[in-house]
Amino acid sequence: MTPIPIEHGLILAAVLFALGLAGVLVRRNIIFILMSIEIMLNAAGLAFIVAGSRWMQADGQVMFIFILTMAAAEVSIGLALVLQLYHRFKTLDVDAAHRMRG
Amino acid sequence: MIELLWLVPALPLAGFLILALAGSRLSRAGAAFVGVLSVGLSAVVAAAVGGRFILSPPEGGAFKQVLWTWIQTGNLTAEIALYLDPLSLVMMLVVTFVGFLILLFSVEYMAGEEGYSRFFCYMNLFVSSMLILLLSSNLLLLYLGWEGVGLCSYLLIGFWYKDAANGRAGRKAFIVTRIGDAAMILGLFLLFTNLGSLEIQELMGRARELWPVGSGLAVAAAALLLAGALGKSAQLPLQTWLPDAMAGPTPVSALIHAATMVTAGVYLIARTHVLFSLAPPVQHVVAVIGAVTLLYAAFAALVQFDIKRVLAYSTISQIGYMFLALGVGAWSAAIFHFMTHAFFKSLLFLGSGVATMAFHHERDMFKMGGLRRKLPGTFWSFLIGCASLSALPLVTAGFYSKDLILFQAWSLRPGARWLWAAGLAGAFLTSLYTFRMLFLTFCGTERQKSGAAPGLCMTIPLALLSVLSIVGGFVQLPPMLGNVAVFSDFLKTALPSVAESHGVRAEVVLMIASAVVSLVGVGVAYILYLRAPRYAEGWARNPLGAALRALWLAGWDFDWVYERVFVRPFVWIARVNREDFVDSFYDAIAQIHVSFNCLLSRTQTGYVRWYAMAIALGAIIIIGILVFL
Repeated sequence: MTPIPIEHGLILAAVLFALGLAGVLVRRNIIFILMSIEIMLNAAGLAFIVAGSRWMQADGQVMFIFILTMAAAEVSIGLALVLQLYHRFKTLDVDAAHRMRG
Repeated sequence: MIELLWLVPALPLAGFLILALAGSRLSRAGAAFVGVLSVGLSAVVAAAVGGRFILSPPEGGAFKQVLWTWIQTGNLTAEIALYLDPLSLVMMLVVTFVGFLILLFSVEYMAGEEGYSRFFCYMNLFVSSMLILLLSSNLLLLYLGWEGVGLCSYLLIGFWYKDAANGRAGRKAFIVTRIGDAAMILGLFLLFTNLGSLEIQELMGRARELWPVGSGLAVAAAALLLAGALGKSAQLPLQTWLPDAMAGPTPVSALIHAATMVTAGVYLIARTHVLFSLAPPVQHVVAVIGAVTLLYAAFAALVQFDIKRVLAYSTISQIGYMFLALGVGAWSAAIFHFMTHAFFKSLLFLGSGVATMAFHHERDMFKMGGLRRKLPGTFWSFLIGCASLSALPLVTAGFYSKDLILFQAWSLRPGARWLWAAGLAGAFLTSLYTFRMLFLTFCGTERQKSGAAPGLCMTIPLALLSVLSIVGGFVQLPPMLGNVAVFSDFLKTALPSVAESHGVRAEVVLMIASAVVSLVGVGVAYILYLRAPRYAEGWARNPLGAALRALWLAGWDFDWVYERVFVRPFVWIARVNREDFVDSFYDAIAQIHVSFNCLLSRTQTGYVRWYAMAIALGAIIIIGILVFL
């Protein structure tokens, strides 16, 4: 079995990242935005893994574990924000937040 | 014992701090207690230190106490150091004792007033600043005290601040004296840059070594210090603030604007007398200013109807005598007159305070009268004060001090006898306006119902000051009247004594002349204001007399001239330049930043997706730059 060329893995990561970014920019529902951010994070993680396997280094996987941890923390804060947003505006539309002053 | 010197200014300062920090929590009696006790204790310590100083004089005739180093930078070293020599000792004793008596007087005088503790607070700060001024061993600390007394003067003139006119009088005093102060600090700079020290004794020694008599630098430095002294001591041409300063409470006028602060200029010149001896032209100017001022103010005092303004002009006139004495080199005579003047002038002010209080704060003398029977005690003490101010011969302190000044003006400046003549004419005018005041206030018929007699707190200071106004002169008697020279001998180590050049005969003639002149003044006042007022009224109706009267009433119209020459142009320039053109440049800079701020704040829309877009775009641009460039 021939190894998968590094370009394929990187192209997949780039496509996933672009999808995630597009989701962040066009979605208005905050939960979908958070999920899109997850996709972007995982795209970045995939790029690390691919690079790590290309040079036979463990660093790529180490970095992915970092990203996972960070993503968990980010999600917990993100969900807290979601709850606050819903509590205050009775909607999940992020554009509603522009009414805030201060 | 003498090491307790630092307590003398520190005690009133402590009183000030207590009153300033806890004054509102103290009862009225408590505030008065703190205010009077601190100055009283300071007077006791001053007396003890003074007694020690006289009984066992320190080496070199002076005692210096360094408390700590205040500023040390480069070659400038300023210490918080006190310097006690006979000159500052005399001044210190007068300030603390007269200050104590006046504070005791104000316990009762101010009893009904609002801001009772504020009054004592300011008065304590004043006494402390004045003592720092007198005792400091360098010019920088002296300047601190100098500004401190100026500040207190401003605060106390405007004590009844609810009347806008009082505030205006306070500002006027502050600004006019500031003109002199600005010149004085320039003089300090000049002295420091050329002689490299601000320590007074060191400075005088170096000036004597380095500067020949009449050198340009000595003249400039002396002239600048003189300007400071003129402002503080209300001499021509900076005298306009003192009559208006009478807006303050009467004890303030007695302490600050008669007995102590206004004589700070005299003290400054006496303290730096070496410098003035090195600059004969400036010293001559001092004498000329003194002579002109004493006549100027005596004429103005002649027609005033407000009793306190009479006393204010009289103060200007008497300080003119002191300047005359300084100008002819009769240093100790000036300080002697300062001392007697402090006694009788504060006595007169306190007496006038009792009189105005009896007439429900009426200060117009033509609405008073006949107090002699109502308040015999006050009448007698006021009479003693008037006699001393008019220098009635033999029994009064003022006679000996004024006679000494006149005699020395005669003998030390044979080339300028007009100085002596001016002093003699001034003596006549002095007794004329003084007894005019006495007759109008205390004699004749009662033109208005008068109130109650003063209590103990007011009579004790009057009595003590009356005694001092008589016996204060016996420390220095002329040769044929006992030949006592305790005062000038005592001051000899601090101020050079005067070589006696004329014989006794000349002195007797001069003394008789001044005695006769003052008695004639009293007689004329008696005729004009008590026996036959129709003469005075006739002159007042005559057009020339009326014009002169109006001129003198307005203090020779100095205010009018200054208003037009200085105040109006300044106000005009200020109004034209209200939108300061220098500011427009800085305003433009601020305006540009504000508009940038407006632009940038547009981007803060609150739409999170726009922020994300901006981040993405920014990232793409940065990556693009990194990849393609």
